[in-house]
Amino acid sequence: MIFALLLASTRALPVRPLRLLVAAIVEYHRNVPVLVQILIWYFAVPQVLPDPLRLWLNRQDGEFLFSMIALALNSGAFMSEDLRSGLRAVPTAQFDAARSLGLSQIGALRYVMLPQALRIAVPAIINQTLFLFKNTSLAMAVAVGELTYRMHEIENTTFRTFEIFMFGTIAYLTFSFSLMGLGAWFSRRYPSAHRI
Amino acid sequence: MLDILRDFGVLFLIGSYPTGPLGGLAGTLLLSILGLGLSFPLALVLGLMRTSSQRWLLWPATIWVYTLRGLPLLMIIFWAYFGIPILLGHEVSAFITVVCAIVIYESAFLSEIVRAGLEGLSLGQTQAARALGLTYFQTMRYVLLPQALTNMLPSLLNQFVSIIKATSLAYVVGVHEVTLVASQVNSMLLTKPMQVFLILAAMYFILCFSLNRAAGALERHLARR
Repeated sequence: MIFALLLASTRALPVRPLRLLVAAIVEYHRNVPVLVQILIWYFAVPQVLPDPLRLWLNRQDGEFLFSMIALALNSGAFMSEDLRSGLRAVPTAQFDAARSLGLSQIGALRYVMLPQALRIAVPAIINQTLFLFKNTSLAMAVAVGELTYRMHEIENTTFRTFEIFMFGTIAYLTFSFSLMGLGAWFSRRYPSAHRI
Repeated sequence: MLDILRDFGVLFLIGSYPTGPLGGLAGTLLLSILGLGLSFPLALVLGLMRTSSQRWLLWPATIWVYTLRGLPLLMIIFWAYFGIPILLGHEVSAFITVVCAIVIYESAFLSEIVRAGLEGLSLGQTQAARALGLTYFQTMRYVLLPQALTNMLPSLLNQFVSIIKATSLAYVVGVHEVTLVASQVNSMLLTKPMQVFLILAAMYFILCFSLNRAAGALERHLARR
């Protein structure tokens, strides 16, 4: 989320090299499968890290950390797109007005544009959270002990496949439905002030 | 990096094809095309059910769509992995399992696109068609669907990109697509994970980025008409 804010704000600033850089980051995360991103973080990144850091990571659970970084960057990139469309929905006159009141570019973004954009972008961001939640199941591929992985473990020891799968499915569904409900509630509670 | 491409480039592209199953990037594409092609008819029916005014059609489709949207694809692949052999009574290959899982999963997402396409048309179209004496199915077949499908094309292309990215999960159950090939190459070389996985990422990137751009261009083209 923080990463998303950073990316979206940078992209909104009129500095061309920065904008290109952010665009490249976002395109990378949008066009490469999340699983591949996790694999890169898990297998490839430790190779280029200095040795002490790598050893330290191996002693901690590196799987969790790397999957978390991969997932955070990925959903950050997607959310920044949501925020960007939120920013575009705020009339540019607001930005100009803020500038003429003496706010700096960053100040104008921070105090005038982003609060409005965030509100517009909330339904999209909730949707994105749903995807993030579902993507955590991928961390299983590098053996992080999350729900899907634990399910597999229990299944291997008990062979009661269906009960366990049923439980996992229901657990995922409960959370997903609550998120969808939250999204629906939000768009009813705060209908967009001006139709875009 | 170039030497990896030289040694394993063919493996990346088509897997061990002439001697083994078709794999690599070609396997990924095959999976995606089968996934899209087979789930589209299903999605069309679901989309029509979702726009229908009959409760008994609307409810099952809605439950289907929301349930699948709430589950990770990996879950569905596992369900298919264990469920299909039990339903059919005999083993099926991992490839077929994943195709089934993708078809089921994407049918939910595609049906939302179909629904959006249908609801995006003005109500006047339906009314005019019905006033001319066309039945519901004739209205759909000759008036609504042709227009809706044209409008849907860019979203379909975008969804195709999602499917390509989704097929990387087939790696988990051991289908020979490009991600599995990469991890095989990685375990053969052992010392160069960065290069191997960057090649993998680059392949996905080139494929998906160009398709995304094509979708954007198509959208602008349709908007101009």
